[in-house]
Amino acid sequence: MDLTLKVWRQKDASSKGKFETYSISDVSKDSSFLEMLDVLNEQLIRENIEPIAFDHDCREGICGSCGLFINGRAHGPDYETTTCQLHMRKFKHGDTIVIEPWRAKAFPVIKDLMVDRSAFDKILQSGGFVSVNTGGVPDANAIPIPKEAADEAMDAATCIGCGACVATCKNASAMLFVSAKVSQLALLPQGKLEAQRRAKSMVAKMDELGFGNCSNTGACEVECPKGISIAHIARFNREFLKAKIND
Amino acid sequence: MSNIFNASIGRKLLMSITGLFLILFLLVHLTINLFLLFGSDAYNQAAHFMATNPMIKIIEPTLAIGFLVHIIYATILTLQNQKARPEKYTARSAGNSSTWSSRNMYFLGFTVLIFLVIHLLDFYVKIKILHDESIKDVVVNGETMHDTYTLVQAKFEIWWFDLIYILGAIFLSLHLSHGFWSAFQTIGINNSHWMKRLKTIAIIYSLIIGVGFSIIPLYFLVF
Ligand code: HEM
Ligand code: FES
Repeated sequence: MDLTLKVWRQKDASSKGKFETYSISDVSKDSSFLEMLDVLNEQLIRENIEPIAFDHDCREGICGSCGLFINGRAHGPDYETTTCQLHMRKFKHGDTIVIEPWRAKAFPVIKDLMVDRSAFDKILQSGGFVSVNTGGVPDANAIPIPKEAADEAMDAATCIGCGACVATCKNASAMLFVSAKVSQLALLPQGKLEAQRRAKSMVAKMDELGFGNCSNTGACEVECPKGISIAHIARFNREFLKAKIND
Repeated sequence: MSNIFNASIGRKLLMSITGLFLILFLLVHLTINLFLLFGSDAYNQAAHFMATNPMIKIIEPTLAIGFLVHIIYATILTLQNQKARPEKYTARSAGNSSTWSSRNMYFLGFTVLIFLVIHLLDFYVKIKILHDESIKDVVVNGETMHDTYTLVQAKFEIWWFDLIYILGAIFLSLHLSHGFWSAFQTIGINNSHWMKRLKTIAIIYSLIIGVGFSIIPLYFLVF
């Protein structure tokens, strides 16, 4: 199929960016979105145009590096899919595709479609860990954990930190990401001990870094490639308010 | 509790508590208004009961503060949210992932505010502050009271006045179709089981408010 691509080009963080339009022909419907961009980059190199910079690593939907805003949606038109797992069969011959970077104050553009997501690392460094020494691996079932708690913690732990929640949120809020980390740890015995301190310091950090507030629109859970539920946000709110009331 | 209201979640807590308080108030207000459908004596007595109830001295200022806090924090949060994305997207398709109401809460709240000003000028100010001469006294069951029924009836016979009230009810209803369950989510009273239930109750509540407040102007327009 033949496509027209409108791609955001920006030299570096301090330059002003703009859209460039490229045509690409004979795209296989079986290729992934990133493979299509690889082909386009080959074409640009042959034409002596600088190739488009975009983030990627595993290309199998587990690392969270990739992330493009495609036709107005985080990770494009498919649900529960990362950009690397998005296939060109979701598009039609003759389509025009608009490709933008994640846009948020806390995620500044580094170059073209790459953004700096170290704000997420800073939030994790502020409390997204267990600091008590938990010793060696315990015997199976030595610490009883209800199945529902284990399942919910696992669901929260599927977060790959891609930032689609921030990218799609009308307020560029990081609540889904942070709530997933808070849930994942607060539901299990090792993480429970520090749940309140963790909630407080992670909220302070995400506010400080310039993420927006949560309006509960729920757009994040719909666009999350791992389908993480906003029920975790309710737990996060609960943990935070409990911690503050105990202060 | 230190600095709780400087945190994003703390500020949202204020929005949700004041919002839930206003939700409760709307139910009481609607109940009183529905007496309008049962004739002048019924309504005048209900209004008289509300106006002379000793509780009203506490409820009235609380309500004013509730509105103020809700509006002030709505403005603070909305401004912060806009700053969190300085460069906007060129292409945006938001309809697949969230409701229009949830994305436009400030707009909807603002229309409610405009309506509130019109509404207060027409009734509250006229009755309680200006003591307008057009408001006569009536005697119901041996008790003298304001004939507010006649005041309301005269107003609701004007079609564009009814239109303002119906539009007000629709915007309020949309605000609450999201606001109702969102408030519970903010306080943390929600989980994966209650998510669907709260959203259903939100629709039922907002329909009661929207239809309830619209029926009254429609009734006066038709009969
Ligand atoms: C009777 C009148 C009103 C009621 C019952 C009401 C109720 C609510 C409720 C329950 C919420 C949800 C709170 C949460 O998300 O935790 C809410 C949110 C909101 N309200 Fe109101 N409200 C009213 C009037 C207003 C007015 C006059 C404004 C402003 C001009 C306003 C602006 C907002 C905004 C912007 C939000 C969303 C906040 C956010 O994005 O997180 N509301 N309202
Ligand atoms: S490249 Fe790893 S998730 Fe897409």
